[in-house]
Amino acid sequence: MEAMVASAVGVLTAAGLYLVLRLRTFPVIIGLSLLTYAVNVFLFGSGGLVVNEPPIWHEHDNSYTDPLPQALVLTAIVISFGMTAVSVVIALAAYLSGDDDSINMTPGEAEDDAP
Amino acid sequence: MSLFLIVALPFLGALLPGLMVQAGRRACSITTGLVTLLALTGLLVNAPAVLSGEVQTARLEWLPGLGMNANFFLDPLGLFFAGLILGIGLLIIIYARFYLSREDSMGEFFTYLLLFQGAMVGIVLSDNVLVLLIFWELTSLSSFLLIGYWKHTAEGRQGARMALAVTGMGGLALIGGMLILGNIVGSYDLTEILQNREAIQASPLYLPALILILLGCFTKSAQFPFHFWLPHAMAAPTPVSAYLHSATMVKAGLFLMARLWPVLSGTDAWFYLVGTAGLITMVLGALIAIFKDDLKALLAFSTVSHLGLITMLLGFGTPFAALAAVFHILNHATFKAALFMTAGIVDHEAHTRDIKRLGGLRKLMPVTFVIATVASLSMAGIPLFNGFLSKEMMLEEAVHTTWAGSHWVLPVFVTIGALFSAAYSFRYVAHTFLGPVRDDYPHKPHDPGFGMWAPAAFLCVLVLAIGLMPFLVEPLVFTVAEAVIGGVGEIEEGYHLAIWHGLTPALLMSGIAVVGGLLLLALHRPLDRAWIATPRPEAKAMFDRLMAACVGGARGLTDALHDGALTRYAAIFTVTVVAAGAHAFWTGNLVVADRGGAIPDLVPLVGWALLVVSAAWLALSHRRRLLSLVLVSIVGLVISIGFNYFSAPDLALTQISVEVVTVILLLLALNFLPKTTPVESSVGKRTRDGLIAVVGGLGVGALSYALLVHEFAFETISDFHLENSYKGGGGHNVVNVILVDFRGFDTFGEIIVLGIAALVIYAATEALLSGPVRARLLNWVPDMVRAGDAHPLMMVVATRVMMPVVLMVGFYIFLRGHNEPGGGFIAGLVVAIGVVMQYMASGFAWADRRQRFPYHGIIGAGVLAAGLTGIGAWFAGQPFLTSDFGYARIPPFNEFELATAMAFDLGVFLAVVGAVLLSLESFSRIARRSNEQVSDYAMDIDPSRNEEA
Repeated sequence: MEAMVASAVGVLTAAGLYLVLRLRTFPVIIGLSLLTYAVNVFLFGSGGLVVNEPPIWHEHDNSYTDPLPQALVLTAIVISFGMTAVSVVIALAAYLSGDDDSINMTPGEAEDDAP
Repeated sequence: MSLFLIVALPFLGALLPGLMVQAGRRACSITTGLVTLLALTGLLVNAPAVLSGEVQTARLEWLPGLGMNANFFLDPLGLFFAGLILGIGLLIIIYARFYLSREDSMGEFFTYLLLFQGAMVGIVLSDNVLVLLIFWELTSLSSFLLIGYWKHTAEGRQGARMALAVTGMGGLALIGGMLILGNIVGSYDLTEILQNREAIQASPLYLPALILILLGCFTKSAQFPFHFWLPHAMAAPTPVSAYLHSATMVKAGLFLMARLWPVLSGTDAWFYLVGTAGLITMVLGALIAIFKDDLKALLAFSTVSHLGLITMLLGFGTPFAALAAVFHILNHATFKAALFMTAGIVDHEAHTRDIKRLGGLRKLMPVTFVIATVASLSMAGIPLFNGFLSKEMMLEEAVHTTWAGSHWVLPVFVTIGALFSAAYSFRYVAHTFLGPVRDDYPHKPHDPGFGMWAPAAFLCVLVLAIGLMPFLVEPLVFTVAEAVIGGVGEIEEGYHLAIWHGLTPALLMSGIAVVGGLLLLALHRPLDRAWIATPRPEAKAMFDRLMAACVGGARGLTDALHDGALTRYAAIFTVTVVAAGAHAFWTGNLVVADRGGAIPDLVPLVGWALLVVSAAWLALSHRRRLLSLVLVSIVGLVISIGFNYFSAPDLALTQISVEVVTVILLLLALNFLPKTTPVESSVGKRTRDGLIAVVGGLGVGALSYALLVHEFAFETISDFHLENSYKGGGGHNVVNVILVDFRGFDTFGEIIVLGIAALVIYAATEALLSGPVRARLLNWVPDMVRAGDAHPLMMVVATRVMMPVVLMVGFYIFLRGHNEPGGGFIAGLVVAIGVVMQYMASGFAWADRRQRFPYHGIIGAGVLAAGLTGIGAWFAGQPFLTSDFGYARIPPFNEFELATAMAFDLGVFLAVVGAVLLSLESFSRIARRSNEQVSDYAMDIDPSRNEEA
């Protein structure tokens, strides 16, 4: 079970990293999403993998999964939406104003833009 | 007066000059003077007690965990320096009042001056080395502002930058040295450190600490080889030079060496480092000073030389030398500040400081002449002036000190130093004031007003008083010297400060120096020509080259790593992290697995396979963007199901609803972006990226596995949450209780961040739509065929029916959240999806017209509701965000629970709804501007659609 989740995290990371290393904004955003999944699952896994014992408190029942990573990951998921949305709007604005969605500055451009 | 107040007064007072200058220059300077006078009075009130051996302290815990506390103490050494700083500060303020011209902003000047004064007083009164370091850096910063006060002059700016670079570098070294010292002792309190002489000198870290601390002191006090910045700092207005560069800031290094004298001195390393640096500085500074034509440069190098003298005395490490050092600090402060003031007066009146254009001022400026003569003769070491007394003591001590086994090195060199010193002192008077009156001064000079010469005259009175009646200051000098020595040694019994000690070798050396000085003055003309003809290393050019090399190196490195290519940063970052991880892996030890190991069923395996295949496919065919969107949503779906499978229903619900809104968002964006990614990188580059990605993936996978199969290394805090969830938080769903109760502050921050992200998107869209992009959007030609039925009947009907259901579900999820999976986050997302469905079905414009509440307001209401719930706890006398719950019953319903956490969760709900919808709305606005047909009807079919297209 652990190997399954760990390998899934590894594959998501690898695919995410590869996409982040692409030269256009859209694949990079998709890559960031994949990395977000990987990080969230990784954090979630820090509490251990437990099947069918949700962190709902019941009297006389002492088997729960770890609630803390879940709480942390829950907010992380929502925040990651905010992050994706902001990066998408930046990408879109860059493309609409520059007619180019490549993610890197071309050599020399950095100096030209300097104030 | 409390020591806190004495230190704080100049800082608080620094707020006043800028305001008071509105009331005129006189009011401004009087206010500044009063602030200093008040601090000085406060200090002097403490003086009798301190001088009778009582140490005043004021302690305040600041960051006790770091050993950093705002502790101050006042001992005779601190009193002596603080008295110099505030006393001379007061004179300088009076002088500056008349020195500054109408064009100079007086408020700004006095603000900087008071900031500097506060920082200096802070240094000398600090009992905690960390606090001392803060004040130390503050003096560097405020002196930067003061040196560069005349911003319009290039010399001012360059001089200020050089001073900051050199003293700032020294400050960094000093931080290192002080931290080492504090570590050896185990405390950062100076009083504590001063008790541990043996421990410090026995430590193997003594030498590194000593070198680092001396770097700080030498740069600050302009000791060789860091002496070059001080003459360039003379671009500052003269009051600044007189204050910072003669009496106070440059003495901060001396102060620190004196302060740490009991624990650092007495070793060979101390003697040779400090003594030799002081000796070289003294002779070299004096030599250069003889040939400087700028009055202030002459005085600057003479200051360098005298600082070297004092440093050398401290380096000798004997009690008598320490006594001489303290006495010379006092004497130097009096005559040198007076001399700087006279230089400023000459510059002010004659409009030049070039000694070659001056001469004969004796008749034109008699008062200034007298002041300058008294101060110069003291500097030259002529009997009856105070400089003579401490110089004699220095010569006396040099005679008795051997350097590297040699008896003659020190006496010879100090005599040469004293000779040069006499020469430039004589020259200062002779070439400026004596000789025939000239008729080519840039401005007809005459004595300035009383206010400008009075401070210098006052100092001259002190020079003479101490010189003639040294017994007046004897108790003070002895007490301060004893504070420096700190019980490590004893001053010789029965020694007194006196003009006449009999026919000693020192007197002979003094005589040689004076005669030689006169001789040099007589021979100045030919010597000057020879000096000019001799090539010399130019410190400024060397410094500039060094700076240029540093800047070039830094720029090269930055450009190589940070060239504007995000891809490169990501690759460098990944490789670095992988390398660090590999290093940790090879050097660490891996314990065996102690948990997990269950064999997965078939269904999870299918999900796993689906995820792996989708991710791999995504990486391979990411060029087809629509397809990659589909694939990424498959991954998200599998992860949602996975969360559910691994006992995290809340996460599953959150993930799947976030998935929906994210995909809609990306679709909206993809409407405008190109639909495919072109092939740009070569196969080699792609292989390289693939390799990086695979190695990174393997590393993260391995790390993840290691984490999963090991029990916690520390005791988990989750048990606390599980135990108290119902008892303290009144909820069964521990995840939700953590979110809205235990970690409510976190969540509060979280929703604020989410709201800010949405506002950023809104603002970016607004900026985009009001800019040049607008025209581009208006002429937008869709690059894909539009659907003929933009608002299909089926969808419109279905979403209308679903809307109340969705709202109901959202409400239900919200209410059950405290006890069952659900809560504000998920409910917010569900409701947002319900609204977005209306947008999709009937178009943005149609839905927007029926939407009554602005989303900004909803976000604001959410944050406000959460915040007010938190504040509510205050009324119950509890800390922010403390929750409470109780049970209520409204007939005919059953008893139900009411928790304040619910109001907080409502805030979360509103903020999430607002943020998600504001983001999506912003994206839709771009679509709407791009000539999208706005329909007034809920559903329509576009008759213009070309079937063949």
